Amino acid sequence: MSTVATPAPVPAPAAAAGEARIARRETLGQLVRSKTFLAGAVIVLFWVFWAIVGSRLTPDDPLAQSSDVLKGISGDHWFGTDQLGRDVLSRVLAGASATLQVAPLATLLGIAGGTTVGLVSGYFLGFVDDAISRLVDAVLALPLIVIAVTALAALGSSRLTLIVLIGVVFTPIVSRTVRAAVLGERELEYVQAARLRGERAPYVMFVEILPNVMGPIIVEMTVRLGYAIFAVAGLTFLGFGVQPPSPDWSLQIADNYQLLNAGTYEWTVLFPGLAIASLIVGVNLMADGLQQVLDR
Amino acid sequence: MSQTVERAAGIGAANALELRDLDVVYRVRGRDRQVLRGVTLSVRRGEAYGLVGESGCGKSTAALAIVQYLPRNGRVRGGEIRIDDRDVLSLSRDELLALRADAVSMVYQNPGTALNPSLRIGKQVAEVFTVRGATKAEALDRARQALVLVQIADPDSVMQRYPHQLSGGMQQRVLIAMALAKNPSLLILDEPTTGLDATVEAEVLDLVAGLQAKLHTSVLFISHNLAVIAKMCDRVGVLYAGRLVEEGMVEQVLRDPRHPYTVGLLRCIPRGGARKDHGRLDTIPGFLPNLGEELPGCVFADRCALAQEICHTEEPPLYEVGEVHVSRCYFHEQAHELPREEAAHLSLPAVDRTAEPVLRFDDLGKVFRQHGNDIHALEGVSAAIWPGEALGLVGESGSGKTTLARTLLGIVGPTSGAVTLDGKALEGHLARRSAAEVRALQIVFQNPDTALNRRHSVRRILRRSLKKLADLSGAPAEARLLELMQSVRLAERYVSAKPGQLSGGLKQRLAIARAFAGEPQVVVCDEPTSALDVSVQAAILNLLVELQTQRRVAYLFISHDLGVVRYISDRIAVLYLGRLMELGPAEVVFAGPHHPYTEALLSAVPTIDGGGRERIKLAGEIPSAAEPPSGCVFHTRCHRKVGEICELEEPPLVEVESGHLMSCHIPIEELRRLQVERSETA
Repeated sequence: MSTVATPAPVPAPAAAAGEARIARRETLGQLVRSKTFLAGAVIVLFWVFWAIVGSRLTPDDPLAQSSDVLKGISGDHWFGTDQLGRDVLSRVLAGASATLQVAPLATLLGIAGGTTVGLVSGYFLGFVDDAISRLVDAVLALPLIVIAVTALAALGSSRLTLIVLIGVVFTPIVSRTVRAAVLGERELEYVQAARLRGERAPYVMFVEILPNVMGPIIVEMTVRLGYAIFAVAGLTFLGFGVQPPSPDWSLQIADNYQLLNAGTYEWTVLFPGLAIASLIVGVNLMADGLQQVLDR
Repeated sequence: MSQTVERAAGIGAANALELRDLDVVYRVRGRDRQVLRGVTLSVRRGEAYGLVGESGCGKSTAALAIVQYLPRNGRVRGGEIRIDDRDVLSLSRDELLALRADAVSMVYQNPGTALNPSLRIGKQVAEVFTVRGATKAEALDRARQALVLVQIADPDSVMQRYPHQLSGGMQQRVLIAMALAKNPSLLILDEPTTGLDATVEAEVLDLVAGLQAKLHTSVLFISHNLAVIAKMCDRVGVLYAGRLVEEGMVEQVLRDPRHPYTVGLLRCIPRGGARKDHGRLDTIPGFLPNLGEELPGCVFADRCALAQEICHTEEPPLYEVGEVHVSRCYFHEQAHELPREEAAHLSLPAVDRTAEPVLRFDDLGKVFRQHGNDIHALEGVSAAIWPGEALGLVGESGSGKTTLARTLLGIVGPTSGAVTLDGKALEGHLARRSAAEVRALQIVFQNPDTALNRRHSVRRILRRSLKKLADLSGAPAEARLLELMQSVRLAERYVSAKPGQLSGGLKQRLAIARAFAGEPQVVVCDEPTSALDVSVQAAILNLLVELQTQRRVAYLFISHDLGVVRYISDRIAVLYLGRLMELGPAEVVFAGPHHPYTEALLSAVPTIDGGGRERIKLAGEIPSAAEPPSGCVFHTRCHRKVGEICELEEPPLVEVESGHLMSCHIPIEELRRLQVERSETA
């Protein structure tokens, strides 16, 4: 093949360095222009803001109990109060904190682990890949919630165990994505060129290949973040995640869902539920936006 | 201006295609960039019109604009497109669909991706007829006829197969069958043979030429290859930076080019037996203007050695320089006086073949296991390379060229045989070779886009190679880096650029610099110029010869382009099905007597100079390496097969004359007689 059939713009050699900056700015510009990404970012940043300022800016102390028990929506308490007379609005605003500490750290751990496993598996292929792939299949066959509940029951629940656990569970999932991307890259001649100057495998994997598979990894990271929030919420609801007295959203739901039987007091569950949903939707919108821009 | 054009084009309602002042723009980064600048041309009924130019000149854009299939950011800004006297730009969506279904066909460069991988060939070809209202049975019947038309021997079995079960040449035949099935008034061929082997290319071109003569189809033939255009077309238009700079009858334009760009293009192709010791190849200095750059004067002025002030300020009109020959150049009368590359003061290293060869391989064999079959990719290949020498390696795809290179480099280990470097045996696998052995053998890959890490800067790529291959770091490495960049003519300002910001030629220079970072003894060049335009190719070949002169490095030069191999190689090895068919000094291999396979390869290559030799048609396709034919592996396709002995006995590779080895049962004198006879009858 001698010529490229597509009318690719001819690179401007003279403006080489400037073009790089333009290209990077262009990616950023596309992200900012992407309505999907922007909408997601606004939602996520809103919750990050409240996770940071926490009870300092909430209308009431989210932990302060009062005699105004289970009051409905009113001017004093926009989202009503719960069984112990705590202000639901303040608790919802302050409730993001625990999730937003645990979920990103767990995601990072899962991405780091999955990237390493995926690089090793995809680069070496052969026996190493077979062994790793079967192990990954085995782990993925187990229902997440069962492993998690069992492990948390055995190890006791703390934020650290929660982070490690979710990270470990994510590792095989991430490794598959990374492996697939590595399979495409390892066939390219620059990998051979690296071997032909005597590079060792770790260098080839982490310095040569890794930068070229960052796109799919970043997308996977945002997707995983959504699932991590989900996992924290689920485990907390079951009592294995964030522990009281934190005003965590899932804890609020767990504390109050029995009241729904009476067909009333829905605000105690509705608002924390909406909060969880909004955060996950926000993260997923960001993931979609990123994917559109990076996967061109 | 338009008057001359109209006369040249012989205007009339009879034209199959007419473009008038066609402007096409692409919107990139919020700005319209002009890709076609007022292109005016016409394809007469039954005529084959060639559109030639380097990549980025707008050839494919023109084709896409004609069928209104531009990418989303592209649009026609002005001008007129008429097919069969119908104004394409004013057609409604339905009319456009009807036009594409009936009047225009297109065949693309890559047949592998142009066919639907999940549909059987029969169904795919029949689709052409069903969209036009044929019943299923009727359509299948006509599909069969269409395949017969393109000389597919067993159409029924081909119709049952999926695209991946066909070779590239077969796939392209099927596509041509589909394109011609509806008897279009215009057939657009966009680099239809660029990805194919020379022998297959020759067959496809013969087929298209034959069909065109038979069906009187009007053809727009797009190619970067002037030799292919010369073979296929009546008239040719030369496109540069979206502007038609010269147009005329093919023989006339090639014999007497009147635009400096055409002159330059013709000169930078190694042909007519050009060799490195005859002098450097001519190049076209500079770069194609940026996409959409404002060019007030002649589009070629910045790269033209003849350019005067007026060329930069005022666009030259089309001058009528012959009967149907126009050139857009003020100095069209002096075009052939374009200064040439200064004569070589290169003193090529003398190769001393009595000394120890730098690299030798004996009885090298490589067997791959695939789906339980043994694929004999290499079988008993022996040769040696001496310091300062270039050994050319030719053969069709699947002949084992790349496997040989990979085996020598240690990327894959040989199954049998030995490789020695400077008289010392080399380990088969790279990982077990010493650092000195690793740095002694380097490679320049075919495609610089994938051979360079796109996330690493020029500095990083070269610094790392210097560290690993020359043990240099810190200030000495930086000094050496700049030296290295200078020796491959890569300007210092690119030092922090990433490969994506470099043009194809610059990328290949960077890849060459990387290979030379550690003073290698042997550099494998695996089709180093086949992804590049001819003007860039010439510059890269000049560079490789220069580096060889300065450093006495030896090359193993793989290429399917025989002109290129002839230019750079001292000796040539011809591979077929992993076996060495012929090995000898370049001049001898080209002059003959040749091995019958070499003879067929040489006859398949289209040349610009035209010239008498009739092509030798090789029967069938290259056999599978899993089941190589008995006896001489070439006997199934050989046009000079002498009898049973060819099927039963593998001819040994023997020295038939001094330094010339051949593996054939026919005695050399007999081959000489037969081949002289043939060239006389031609």
